[in-house]
Amino acid sequence: MASSFSRVLSSKRNLGILSVVGGSVTAGFLLHREHLSAGPSVRRLYPASAEYPDLRKHNNCMASNLTPTIYSKLCAKVTPNGYTLDMAIQTGVDNPGHPFIKTVGMVAGDEESYEVFADLLDPIIKERHNGYDPTTMKHPTDLDASKIHSGQFDAKYVLSSRVRTGRSIRGLSLPPACTRAERREVERVVVDALAGLKDDLNGKYYSLTQMTDEEQQQLIDDHFLFDKPVSPLLTCAGMARDWPDARGIWHNNEKTFLIWINEEDHTRVISMEKGGNMKRVFERFCKGLKEVERLIQEKGWEFMWNERLGYILTCPSNLGTGLRAGVHVKLPRLSKDPRFNKILDNLRLQKRGTGGVDTAAVGGTFDISNLDRLGQSEVQLVQTVVDGVNYLIECEKKLEKGQDIKVPPPLKQFK
Amino acid sequence: MPFGNTHNKMKMKFSSEQEYPDLSKHNNHMAKVLTPAMYEKLRSKETPSGFTLDDVIQTGVDNPGHPFIMTVGCVAGDEETYEVFKELLDPVIEDRHGGYKPSDKHKTDLNSDNLQGGDDLDSNYVLSSRVRTGRSVRGFCLPPHCSRGERRAVEQLSIEALASLSGDLNGKYYALKNMTDAEQQQLIDDHFLFDKPVSPLLLASGMGRDWPDARGIWHNDNKTFLVWVNEEDHLRVISMQKGGNMKEVFNRFCSGLTKIEELFKERGHAFMWNEHLGYVLTCPSNLGTGLRAGVHVKLPNMSKNAKFEDVLKKLRLQKRGTGGVDTAAVGGVFDISNADRLGFSEVELVQMVVDGVKLLVEMEKRLEKGGSIDDLMPAQK
Repeated sequence: MASSFSRVLSSKRNLGILSVVGGSVTAGFLLHREHLSAGPSVRRLYPASAEYPDLRKHNNCMASNLTPTIYSKLCAKVTPNGYTLDMAIQTGVDNPGHPFIKTVGMVAGDEESYEVFADLLDPIIKERHNGYDPTTMKHPTDLDASKIHSGQFDAKYVLSSRVRTGRSIRGLSLPPACTRAERREVERVVVDALAGLKDDLNGKYYSLTQMTDEEQQQLIDDHFLFDKPVSPLLTCAGMARDWPDARGIWHNNEKTFLIWINEEDHTRVISMEKGGNMKRVFERFCKGLKEVERLIQEKGWEFMWNERLGYILTCPSNLGTGLRAGVHVKLPRLSKDPRFNKILDNLRLQKRGTGGVDTAAVGGTFDISNLDRLGQSEVQLVQTVVDGVNYLIECEKKLEKGQDIKVPPPLKQFK
Repeated sequence: MPFGNTHNKMKMKFSSEQEYPDLSKHNNHMAKVLTPAMYEKLRSKETPSGFTLDDVIQTGVDNPGHPFIMTVGCVAGDEETYEVFKELLDPVIEDRHGGYKPSDKHKTDLNSDNLQGGDDLDSNYVLSSRVRTGRSVRGFCLPPHCSRGERRAVEQLSIEALASLSGDLNGKYYALKNMTDAEQQQLIDDHFLFDKPVSPLLLASGMGRDWPDARGIWHNDNKTFLVWVNEEDHLRVISMQKGGNMKEVFNRFCSGLTKIEELFKERGHAFMWNEHLGYVLTCPSNLGTGLRAGVHVKLPNMSKNAKFEDVLKKLRLQKRGTGGVDTAAVGGVFDISNADRLGFSEVELVQMVVDGVKLLVEMEKRLEKGGSIDDLMPAQK
C-alpha cells in the first residue's frame, strides 16, 4: 500500500531527517530532528515553582529524582514531536506508588525523550538498573544463541520456558505520545515485515479491531490475547488511547513465536514452548528478531537503538535488552527454605507467581527470570537464567534427598 | 493536555485520512456528527491555550458508548473550545439539548421568588430535595486541560471567596490531600466526599490528572450548602436538605450562588457565561443552567405502572437510582429530576420538578387506593 507517510533515513548520528511527502493541509515542511530545540514552545502561564508536582506522598523513581531545580530546568523543553516533561511524568504524579514496590513513574514519548530529559532520566536509569551509568557506560548487544551452554533443563521441574523483549520502530513516536496515524504506521510496517517470515516462523496477524469471535476465543485459549490495559500506571501515561485501533497479535503456526503490536511498546516479541529447552527458545527468539529486523530494513526502517541505552522502549525499566527470560519451575521445598530469597538475589534472579507480575505462586510453582535488563547482553542474561535455574533445581534435588544446600556467592553486577 | 496528543502542528504532517478515528462501532453524539470532512476542516485549529480537536474528542474515541445510553463523547478544555470547534459542538449541542439552535438564546433566572409553591411536597413520600449546578472561572482552562498551576490558582481563589461567606453560609474548606482521617470519615458519613473519578468517560479526557492536588470540598456548618472544587468542573455547587421543601433548597441555592459570584467578581474573576450557551461547563451536556434539581421520592406503585416512563417524558423529568446516575432504584425510591439543562431558565426547570413531583405523588396516592390515574395524565410540556 502506497503511503504518503514520512520516512526516516538513518544518518551517522542515528537521528533521521523527517520529510513530508504529500500532506493535504500543510504544503510540506522539513523538520530537522538534530535540532532538538526546534520544537514549538510550551504554554507557560505560571513559574515552574507553581507547577511543580506535590510528590511528598510518592515513592517511585521519578519522585526520588525530580528536584524542583531539575523540574524548572526541563519543564519548558519539548522533543521534536512535541512531548513535554509534564507528559512524561504524568503517570508518576498520578500513581504515588507502593511502599514495597518502587515503580519507575515516568515514560518516554519518543526516542528523543531520553536525550531531551536526560537530566532526569539518567539518574532514574541509574537507580532502576542498579548503578548502570548511561553517561559513562556502554550497553552490549549479543543475539548469538549458539553461545548458550547447558540450556536444557530437567523437564521434571521446568514446565515451560519463555523469552520476551520489545522493539520500537525508529522515527515513530512511542505509545504514550503517538498519534493514530503513527500507531497505524507501526502496525503496517511490522505486519508487512512479519508476512515475510518463513518455515517455522510462518504465521498470521490478528488485528484487535477485526478478529472474529472464533479467533478471539482461540487466542484466549492459547493465552495469547492481550486486552486493553487496566493498570493506572499505563492508562495515566496515555497508552490506551484510541483502543483497539491498530493493535493486534501475530503468531507463527506452531504457536511458539508471538508478537504483540502497539500494546505498551510498538512491539513485544515472545518466544516460548512447554518444557525446559531454553536454548531452543532463545535460538528461535534470536532468529526471529534478526529476521524481522532484516525485513524492516529492506523497506528503509530500523529499530530504535543506541550504544548508551541499547534498545529504546517506552518504560525506562525495559531499556538495554528489554529482555526477560524465564521458566515456570516446581520448587516446593526450596521455596519454603528461609534462604530462598537470598539465593535468588545472589543469582540475580527474580520470582513471580505463574500469572505474571503481581501474582502469587501456586503449588510451589514459580516464574523465575532475570532481574537485570541493561548493562549485560542478551546472551549474558539468558546464560545467567540458565545457570541460576540449574542451580535452583540442584538445590531442590538436594532437599529431596535430605541434603543441605549452599547459598551461592553473589554474581557480579556488570560483566 | 491531555498527554500524548503532541503539538498540533507536528500532527499536521500526516493526512487527515491517516488520523481520522475509527468510529464504526461508536454510539455517542460526537461519533454521530464528526464526519471525515469535518475532521479535516477542524484538525488544524486550536484554542488560544492550545486545546485541539483530538483533545476534544479523545474521550468519545476511547469510549464507544452504550446501545441504550447516548453519551456526549466530547469535552471542552477552555471557554474558547465552544467557539473554535463550534462546527462540531453546535450539532452535538442541538442533538443533546432537544433541538437547541446555534442562534438560540438562553435565559438565566436565579431569582427564587419566581418559583411558585415548592414548599409543601409531601414528606411522607419526598425524602430529600437537592439542587446542583456547576460554575467555571473565566480565564482558566477547564479540568481536561488545566495545568497544575492553573488548577491550584482556581482552588486558591475558591478558598478565599468561600471563606467570606457568613451567616447560614458560614463554612469550612477541606482540601482532599490534607484532610485528617476523622474529617474524611465525617465527610463520607455525610455523603459529601467525592473520590477520584473511576468512570473511563472522565479519565479518558484527562480530568483525573494529578489527583488529589488542588481538589477539595467546602460546606457550610449546617451541611445544607456544599461546593466541590476541581472535580469534573471548576466548581460544583449543591444545596440540599431532608424532606420536601424544595423552595427553601432553591432559595439557598440562588442566594448562595449569587453571593459566590459577587465574591469572585470582587477578586477580578467572572464566571464563564454567554447569552447563547448560558453557563459554560466542561461537558456540553451541562451547558445553560448546568442545573439538576431533584428529589428522592417513594413511588413503589407508580414505578410499576405501565405509564410511568410516559408520564416522566411528558413532564420532562428523568429517573435515576438513589445512588445517582447509573444506579438502580432500591425499595421503590427514585431520584426524580429535570431532564433539561439548556434552553430553560433555572426557575423554569425547578418549577417543572416541583409541579411534576407533586403530580407523581398524587398519582402514587391514587394507585395506593386502587384508583385509576387516567384523568391525571399530563400534556407534553
